[in-house]
Amino acid sequence: MADTTSQTFTGPHGPKPTKAFSRRNIFLYGTLLVVTLYYALPLYIMIVTSLKGMPEIRLGNIFAPPLEVTFEPWVKAWSEACTGLTCDGLSTGFWNSVRITIPSVILSIIIASVNGYALANWKFKGANVFFTILIFGAFIPYQVMLYPIVIMLREIGLYGSLTGLVIVHTVFGMPILTLLFRNYFSSLPEELFKAARVDGAGFWGIYFRIMVPMSLPIFTVAMILQVTGIWNDFLFGVVYTGPDSYPMTVSLNNIVNSTQGVKEYNVNMAATIITGLVPLTIYFVSGKLFVRGIAAGAVKG
Amino acid sequence: MASTRPNQLFRNKSAKIAAIPMIVTALFVFVGGTAWTIVYSFTSSGLLPRLKWVGLDQYERLWDTRKWLISIENLAIYGLSMLILVFVIGFILAALIDQKIRFENTIRTVILYPYALSFVVTGLVWQWILNPEFGVQNIVRGWGWETFTFDPLYNAEIAIFGILIAGLWQGSGLVMVLMLAGLRGIDQDVWKAARVDGIPAWKTYLLIVIPMMRPVFITTLVLVVTGIVKIYDLIVAQTGGGPGIATEVPAKYVYDMMFQANNLGQGFAASTMMLLTVALVVIPWAILEFGGSKNRG
Amino acid sequence: MTNSVEIKNLDLQFGAVKVLQDLNLDIGKGEFLVLLGSSGCGKSTLLNCIAGLLDVSGGQIHINGTNVTWAEPSERGIGMVFQSYALYPQMTVEGNLSFGLKNAKLPKSEIESRVKRASEILQIEPLLKRKPAALSGGQRQRVAIGRALVRDVDVFLFDEPLSNLDAKLRADLRVEIKRLHHSLQNTMIYVTHDQIEAMTLADRIAIMRGGQIMQLGSPDEIYGRPVNKYVADFIGSPSMNFLEGKIKDGAFHVGDLAIPLADYAFADGAPNNLDATIGIRPEHVVTGELVGNAAYQVDVEVSLIEPTGSDTLVDCTVAGNHFRVRMDGQSRVSVGQKLRIGINPSMASLFDLKSELRL
Repeated sequence: MADTTSQTFTGPHGPKPTKAFSRRNIFLYGTLLVVTLYYALPLYIMIVTSLKGMPEIRLGNIFAPPLEVTFEPWVKAWSEACTGLTCDGLSTGFWNSVRITIPSVILSIIIASVNGYALANWKFKGANVFFTILIFGAFIPYQVMLYPIVIMLREIGLYGSLTGLVIVHTVFGMPILTLLFRNYFSSLPEELFKAARVDGAGFWGIYFRIMVPMSLPIFTVAMILQVTGIWNDFLFGVVYTGPDSYPMTVSLNNIVNSTQGVKEYNVNMAATIITGLVPLTIYFVSGKLFVRGIAAGAVKG
Repeated sequence: MASTRPNQLFRNKSAKIAAIPMIVTALFVFVGGTAWTIVYSFTSSGLLPRLKWVGLDQYERLWDTRKWLISIENLAIYGLSMLILVFVIGFILAALIDQKIRFENTIRTVILYPYALSFVVTGLVWQWILNPEFGVQNIVRGWGWETFTFDPLYNAEIAIFGILIAGLWQGSGLVMVLMLAGLRGIDQDVWKAARVDGIPAWKTYLLIVIPMMRPVFITTLVLVVTGIVKIYDLIVAQTGGGPGIATEVPAKYVYDMMFQANNLGQGFAASTMMLLTVALVVIPWAILEFGGSKNRG
Repeated sequence: MTNSVEIKNLDLQFGAVKVLQDLNLDIGKGEFLVLLGSSGCGKSTLLNCIAGLLDVSGGQIHINGTNVTWAEPSERGIGMVFQSYALYPQMTVEGNLSFGLKNAKLPKSEIESRVKRASEILQIEPLLKRKPAALSGGQRQRVAIGRALVRDVDVFLFDEPLSNLDAKLRADLRVEIKRLHHSLQNTMIYVTHDQIEAMTLADRIAIMRGGQIMQLGSPDEIYGRPVNKYVADFIGSPSMNFLEGKIKDGAFHVGDLAIPLADYAFADGAPNNLDATIGIRPEHVVTGELVGNAAYQVDVEVSLIEPTGSDTLVDCTVAGNHFRVRMDGQSRVSVGQKLRIGINPSMASLFDLKSELRL
């Protein structure tokens, strides 16, 4: 130990030695690796199953990568898979979902953003009462309101139509989106709003010229929230539309869970992936904004 | 010039117009719809709603129906297990990720992606993975353990846990994200102080950090519970309520009664019971959270 | 009509809370009026009412002889400058300056000439094409002033415009605002909690408290003849020394001291046998060679010294009360040292102990 260093002090000195493979790190990264694999596995299984032929599925195990890659199941899922009597695959459902999602997202965001803006900057008497009801409404199980809405839509002749479903999505998207926009607009400096009023801008002038240009991130968040939410909806689709206008989730369920014929697991998985593709793409592209959208639901008003 | 006071009703006119959709939704759909359903739950509505009063008959019949009782039991088992596990898993994952680890973004992305998928997709994937013929059971047997059985979706006794596996996979990412946000929101000086005081990490979490995260826990709780009560698509996709009626849940009961069995009255009574369940959680929370907020100006 | 802004019996309440109460204020043409007070006194609220950004509960507001009580902010002939600058972040400086003019549908040539003139006055021409994010704090506030300037109005409202700036910049812009007022000669109403800003800028200061104006007067009056103990305490830094005692037989008695009041200008004659407070500003206490000229002298012991460079603040005890004295920065004093100080009652203020009003 009597080292001939020129150090005049003894004991620990300099940087503390660290080990890359400390027990703590092995435990930490080991656990996280296992967890990550667990969460990733179903996606992997979906993909490999959808790329196998039926004979290979019957033989082998679901984890094994395909020996022979085939896109046949994808084609079949898209255009040939049967639900009961009709055999046109997911394509109809996909286009229905597109025709439901796009107007629903646009309409719900327009209404909620203007409403949130009115609540944040142009408070009028009683506004908060309605807002409170709206927020509490978000907690009411949908089942409670299902049938009254059937009646309302029937009264205005929209029951069973895509337009009716668009209205339903707009209504049920309103609480969370209004909260999102109201909180965001409230967080903008109030003096900006005052300055615009002194500059002679009115309700719509301030909304379009000042608020909207400043709020593009929150509009993106709302869009992500709505596209995934509406695309993934099953209950409203099944209740408020008919077989001709079923959204994709309903078609998917009908394809996979229809009892006729031999089960084609590869086609089923291909159909499942195709249905999940839109929200997954949005999720992987949007990253942090997606998280912000779900966290918005947790922020109290 | 504005020498006369503008009419109060038309002051702030644009804002009021902008709020019309909200007012209509709040009054007609939320309040009106809910009241309507509650009122009609005391009638003998069958194929069509009609105002023929039967008092509490629908509720008595409801609680005499085996399918409803199983639904409630399932919801209780699923709900309780889900609640406990989703919090434990979500918090532990958040705590692990919060250790200034590498690849944080990748790990977070992978854990959360199931949340972006629909319940239908989730249900169908897990239906496939839990398929005893081809799925996990088959694999393990292939490894040489010939008697291994893992067929939750085909065994009425444990079928609800098959749903739970899928539910956890889909929902724990959300809890993890919220918990992580909560952990990140805590003043880092607390950790420094605990370190100076020589308090071990687990103790710091348990005694200091978790109590400080109370608001996050409560909001997460409310989100998770309302999500549990609404559970419907997952069941429909994964088991269709089967085997038999082993995985029925209240939301499915309501749908079946209203749109399949032409027994609206039962549907209304069942949905009112669901509302009551949610109210039992939401109202105390609202009082706790917003009750004292009047003084906050 | 010589008044630019007239406020008559103004009331404002939020629910049961009365924020402004029966407030009257006349502001002359070209006057620089500062609303001064601590936070929550209602000064910003009053300014927002004048601007039309808050609806009043009662009373009237006239600007340039027109009743604007219910008029929209943009119709009132006012320009406003905010604490946080409130520049529209997505617009260039030019866009910010012209936004109001475009809303008013002015012809393009007119907008251009007004923007040009304002940017010349404020020397922000090189910044016109930039976005606010690319500007410094001082530059942003110039643009914000410019936005009020282009409106070509008679009344400027400033809501704590310098509070977000650092000390040095604040002093520079203060001078610039004063210069602007000299050259434009329009009415300015300026809200601040900074008494230095108030004293340096104002023609008149309105000290506000609890939604009411406590005192309205020139900076000299406010400083020299505060109407009550609150104003006396609020104005001046370091703050005024207060001693509680009794006025009796032409002198103020506190402890065993008796300060003669022969030089004090009572408003309504000298009272006798009245409990009162005497307020003496630390800078009015005489020390050194001039002590001999003071009307009253007392020996004290130095208990604490706070040198600030230009001055030295000396803490001591007078008749059992904590007492501060401002001395020249060059003076040599040390803790424990005996010091003779002189008090001139003519420079002091006397307040009734109960009502706290000036005697």
